[in-house]
Amino acid sequence: MRLYLEIARRGFRRYATYRAATLAGLFTNTMFGFLRGYVLLAIFRFRDVAGGFDATDTITYAWATQGLIMMVWVWGWEEVAERVREGHIATDLLRPVDLQAYWLAHDIGRASFHLLFRGLPPFIVGSFFFDLRLPEHTVTVLLLVVSTYLAVALSFAYKFILNLTAFWLLDIRGVSTWGGLVMNLMSGFIVPIVFFPGWAEGLARALPWAGMVQTPIEVFLEKPGALTGIALQAAWTVALLAVGRLMMAAGTRKLVIQGG
Amino acid sequence: MVETLRIYRRLVAARVRAQLEYRASFTLVMIGSGVVTFLDFVELVVIFRLIPAMAGWSLHEVAFLYAITSFAFAFVDLVIGHLDRLPQMIRTGAFDAILVRPLGSLLQVVSTDVAMRRLGKAIQGVAVFAFALSGVDVDWTAGRVLMVPVMVASAAVIFGGIWVAGSTISFWVVDSIEAVNTVTYGGNYMTQHPLGIYPSWLRRSLAFVVPLAFVNYFPSLFVLGKEDPLGFPGWVRFLSPAVAVACLIVARAAWRNAVRHYRSTGS
Repeated sequence: MRLYLEIARRGFRRYATYRAATLAGLFTNTMFGFLRGYVLLAIFRFRDVAGGFDATDTITYAWATQGLIMMVWVWGWEEVAERVREGHIATDLLRPVDLQAYWLAHDIGRASFHLLFRGLPPFIVGSFFFDLRLPEHTVTVLLLVVSTYLAVALSFAYKFILNLTAFWLLDIRGVSTWGGLVMNLMSGFIVPIVFFPGWAEGLARALPWAGMVQTPIEVFLEKPGALTGIALQAAWTVALLAVGRLMMAAGTRKLVIQGG
Repeated sequence: MVETLRIYRRLVAARVRAQLEYRASFTLVMIGSGVVTFLDFVELVVIFRLIPAMAGWSLHEVAFLYAITSFAFAFVDLVIGHLDRLPQMIRTGAFDAILVRPLGSLLQVVSTDVAMRRLGKAIQGVAVFAFALSGVDVDWTAGRVLMVPVMVASAAVIFGGIWVAGSTISFWVVDSIEAVNTVTYGGNYMTQHPLGIYPSWLRRSLAFVVPLAFVNYFPSLFVLGKEDPLGFPGWVRFLSPAVAVACLIVARAAWRNAVRHYRSTGS
């Protein structure tokens, strides 16, 4: 257990060194908070409520999404795939640390850094310019922490699977593109799932991606169904981690190392 | 100028050939790229299920705006998108190698790679344009027909100028490239929606500071024959080419200044 804590700390510290990049990314997140906020607010010139969300919910959603997006970072993480392609994965697999557990711990450390330095700041800026909805009950904060870290674990399990396809495909750009695209849409990042037509919303809630963005934010907004959402997050996390383990086993058997 | 273009073509042709080698993989990624961008349009479709108009613009009219900016931006992304790698090139010393060669540094940077998959984005732009045309009621005078290519060309130059000028930040502040996304990808996203949804401080910034409103909004008012509820005078609708030229000048100056500074610090 101590080992994984150490790995998480490494993950945290590694990303903490990218100071300028973090600042630049933070600036971008903040600008997009404004932009996406104004786009979604345009809906409420015509109506007071859409899909159970009012204007305050929606603008809070827009800012919370920008806060969350770097934590549940799926786009562009190809470290494991690169290690497979370059052959370093062989040494990784020889180590006494489980590959998936290592990267999960590492990612949780990273996400914790991004929570503090790319998650909270845009939201705080947003709260100066807009009237954002904050939780009324203390228990919400606890549920939020659980839900957010589940979202991180879930998105990790997902991107780990995408990376493992490198065992078979070597170049995962196609998988990465489509995998990220599906997540963008189905997680509620593009628009909140509640704005989808009824059948699409139902489908989206049943699928794993909703747990990466929509669920934690709904917990934050104290929307009904929070516990169901969290349960689904947990279930999908376990399921996707299990798929990852199966793929690891199959991939190791099939191991093709490029570059000797 | 002609010589530059010829050299550019030769530099790029090899890259393109290499990318097209694995046809199936390339096609998959290209389509994927297009679909990713198309999600921004899906966002609009989802929103328009809930409301009849966005700041007085119908779905087809917004689609028109979207198509212009999407296509122009995709083209620019295709041609100079590799500029995103500038920080790496500086860090690894590859940029120093570029400075030694007897060819413009900017040209060398952008011709290092041309990601053909970005064609997918341009194609979805054309598709949305077709959709837009199917639903807008335009009195197509010769002027209006001409305005469309002029608008797209100006849009591309404006985006390009902003992108180049923005990228020069890499010469001054290490690792800052992501901030430029605000005006490039952010600019593309912003211009997919009518100006009226933004508050007045942002609208003014988009007209006078970073002139993104000239990418598609103002010229589209002319083409679509719309009234501008925001009170800008009618002649701004024809300013895009001039704004494009101004962006070119600013971008060139910014790049030269930055490279001169970079050289003189003896990195």
